[in-house]
Amino acid sequence: MESNLITEDKHKNKLEKAFEILKTMASKPSGLIGLTIVLFHVILALISPYIAPYDYKAISPNTMLLAPSAEHWFGTDSLGRDVFTRTILGGRTALTVTFFGSLIALLWGGLLGIFCGLVGGKIDDVVMRVVDAFLSIPWILAMLLIVSLLGTSTEVLIPALGFFYGKGIVRVARAATHDVIAKDFIVSARARGHSNMSIIWNEIIPNVRDAILVEGAMRWSWMLLGFSSLSFLGFGVSPPTPDWGLMISNARGLMSFAYWSVIAPIVGLSSLIIGINLTADAFAKALGIDRSTKAPV
Amino acid sequence: MNEIIESVKNLSIGFNSQKGKQISILRNVSTNIKKGETVGIVGESGSGKSTLALAMMGYIKQGLFPLKGECLFKSEDLLKMSSRQLEKIRGRKIAMIPQNAGQALTPNLKIGYQIDEALRLHTDLNKTERDKKISELLNKVRLPSPETMAFRYPHELSGGQQQRVAVAMALAGKPDLLLLDEPTTGLDVTTQAHVLELLRFIAKDTGTSMIYVSHDLGAIAQVSDRIVVMYAGEIVLEGPARKILKEPIHPYTYGLLKSIPKLSLAGLPDSMPGSQPQPGSINEGCSFYDRCNLAIDHCKKNSPDLEHIKELDTNVRCFNHKELINQNNNLQTSITKKTNNSEAIEVLKLKDVSISYAKQKFFDQLLNKISDQNPTVKDINIDIKKGETIALVGESGSGKSTILKSIAGLLKTKDGQIKFENDRILSSDLKMRNPNDLRAIQLIFQNPDESLNPNHTVEQILSQPLKLYFNLSGEELKKNIIDLLKKVRLGEFYMSRYPRQLSGGEKQRVAVARAFAAKPDIILCDEVTSALDVSVQAAVLNLLQQLKEDLGTTYVFVSHDLAVVRAISDRVAVLYQGRLCEIGPSQNVYKFPSHPYTEVLLGAVLEPDPDIKPKLVAEDIVEEKPPEKGCSFQGRCPRKIGDICNSEVPPWQIGENGNAIRCHINIEELASLQQ
Repeated sequence: MESNLITEDKHKNKLEKAFEILKTMASKPSGLIGLTIVLFHVILALISPYIAPYDYKAISPNTMLLAPSAEHWFGTDSLGRDVFTRTILGGRTALTVTFFGSLIALLWGGLLGIFCGLVGGKIDDVVMRVVDAFLSIPWILAMLLIVSLLGTSTEVLIPALGFFYGKGIVRVARAATHDVIAKDFIVSARARGHSNMSIIWNEIIPNVRDAILVEGAMRWSWMLLGFSSLSFLGFGVSPPTPDWGLMISNARGLMSFAYWSVIAPIVGLSSLIIGINLTADAFAKALGIDRSTKAPV
Repeated sequence: MNEIIESVKNLSIGFNSQKGKQISILRNVSTNIKKGETVGIVGESGSGKSTLALAMMGYIKQGLFPLKGECLFKSEDLLKMSSRQLEKIRGRKIAMIPQNAGQALTPNLKIGYQIDEALRLHTDLNKTERDKKISELLNKVRLPSPETMAFRYPHELSGGQQQRVAVAMALAGKPDLLLLDEPTTGLDVTTQAHVLELLRFIAKDTGTSMIYVSHDLGAIAQVSDRIVVMYAGEIVLEGPARKILKEPIHPYTYGLLKSIPKLSLAGLPDSMPGSQPQPGSINEGCSFYDRCNLAIDHCKKNSPDLEHIKELDTNVRCFNHKELINQNNNLQTSITKKTNNSEAIEVLKLKDVSISYAKQKFFDQLLNKISDQNPTVKDINIDIKKGETIALVGESGSGKSTILKSIAGLLKTKDGQIKFENDRILSSDLKMRNPNDLRAIQLIFQNPDESLNPNHTVEQILSQPLKLYFNLSGEELKKNIIDLLKKVRLGEFYMSRYPRQLSGGEKQRVAVARAFAAKPDIILCDEVTSALDVSVQAAVLNLLQQLKEDLGTTYVFVSHDLAVVRAISDRVAVLYQGRLCEIGPSQNVYKFPSHPYTEVLLGAVLEPDPDIKPKLVAEDIVEEKPPEKGCSFQGRCPRKIGDICNSEVPPWQIGENGNAIRCHINIEELASLQQ
């Protein structure tokens, strides 16, 4: 019973800690703006199917390329679909795919990086050269190849994006591990005879977790841009699913006389990316990591 | 002589806390520096001594600001000066010598150029005059071959030489006041003694006033005319050096002096309870109240003023200082420790152990050639008996920590064997050792900040070995942790704390508890007290001794501090360049005859007593590598007898006291030489 109390106490401490970090993040204007934007997008993604005024795939020749009005707030596109409806729905796929993609990137990149940093030697050398080799391949070409071979379903996109964005995390995690590996508490654990897994889990992860999480948050925004690029090129989600990248791609030819159909998705996409970036920076500052001193990878 | 060149008046310096409260870290400090006088400012970490010293050159660290008071240098307030005005004073009137000269010198500029820079800035000499001045300065700080020294880069010099260059640079502007912030703290014992000797010479020679800031009363005692003792941001005692060191009339100074291990005393030093209060935590009463054994109720509510005692020429901040005047004759006492019985069996044997850091070259490996004929550590033979404390002593680079690491299995040995219990050979590879051997040998590290995982609570830290070796969990695990904490005199409530919430001494106690959690037979202590304050060091040493007496643990204790070693160890092994010089019972190693290196080391120890001056018998050269053949100490030996020292490894000789010395000089002859 008593030991239960202790774990509960610890749990509460962690929640408190998370709340504390959020509070610190929100205490600066940039952090508050970032958090607000991200929160807005997440809530929008959750409730948009219920508040969308029109059917996103309803085509109508009568309403083609209408300018913004009281009926169609953001106007209509070349097929007569309501741009407002499609914009608020357009973030859903992007957010879901990139969120899970980032999680995968964090997991494999982080764990592999920590492992390499800990064991060092030949294994480290080989793995890092392989990672370097992958870093030298233009990811968009590789993605195009994967997507054309396996299709554009989310089951393919999530792991593929997760893989390509995890490479950089390997390096960050390895560098962060190198920072702590020379410390005496690791030497002490080694001398006691703990296994590598136990050292990674108990001694290293609590100390590199923050750096890797911040890196993951940054990767999320990059991945969002990457995913939209794929859609823009026609390799992301397939029509008629509303998606910002796809919307920009379809509307860009008509930009000169129907600018509204391209501006709305651009604002949606860039505000989310800026929001995530600001949040990640505030997150890093709240955790006491100064990103400007870390070498970009 | 009596002209005052700088006076600090009622100075308070503080910062704003996150809650917007003003917290002072220096409180109402007043003192005067006279011309030609060396003032030692002593205190433990966090006492405000560096803040005071820096304020005396008009510098206040970022985040801090003066709350009140002034710093008058020749009747001008430094704290009110513009940076333009300060530029004219710093370097020219007040110069500073930093703690770590290696970091203070620009690495890519030659020594001569850096001194020249100081000369150009602070004097009106022309080029030829400056060049002359540079070699003059280098000569003055007694650097070897001053002509060529000017063309060398900082990294080509040893730590002691770098410090000398820093002194030369500070002297370039002919300052009236020299500020020294722990200038010898990072240096080896012999180098430290030499640098202090130089500083004393310079003070006398140039008539410069000096402010010497240090935590080390031994160093302070060697250079200071007057001593200022700081505690929790206040001056608690101030007076002539001799009076302060011999008849301290403040309980803190008294306790501090008693907690320093001394070479002349065999036992453990007395420790002071508790630790220094954090800034802002004292609201009323005396700041030393919690730790004082003279404290009365009056001290709790009222804070004493600095009171001038005329007959001693001393200022003291204590209500009960009169009681201490009679106590002072027993400064030279120590706690006697139980020595272990010599009949005990040997638990650990090092046989012909050699360790090399050199990597074997690929071709040598193919040809099966042994590449490193001259390893870092060579031919170490030590038998360690159950229940004894054996100390490995030497300066940096002597291989003492290297040996410790290879016992722990963290470094592979090149040759030789490590035998454990009943002559069973321990593998030099950690992964090949069985869990029970791993459990039996535990390590305690120098710096508890690094040896405790900052993201773990004390409970998590202590549960690691308990889970690993004894598979404990739940109720039983918790009970064991509480027991361990009790053993190291920490309360149960420490379980939920993180290392950053603990003081240095408390952290080291947790590290000690973690080592004892494994119920080890042998504990390897790597400079365990050198990162701690003096009063805390004494407490940790006493704790280690107590635990050993209770549990019969064997210690292998590595330290550079001969006085600490004297206090804790039963047997001492002296190492130079990875080779053993002398080994024997500690009371005998500290007596002559001894190996010339031991003699050099003993001569360089700084005692907190102005009457005991270090005897400098050897040059403070730093050798990078052990010599290929002959005696390891040939390069610096003051008693070298000739070619035999360069060509043949000296034999072991056993003295009548039972200490073994490795020297070519006959032991009786050595005894008469060293008398």
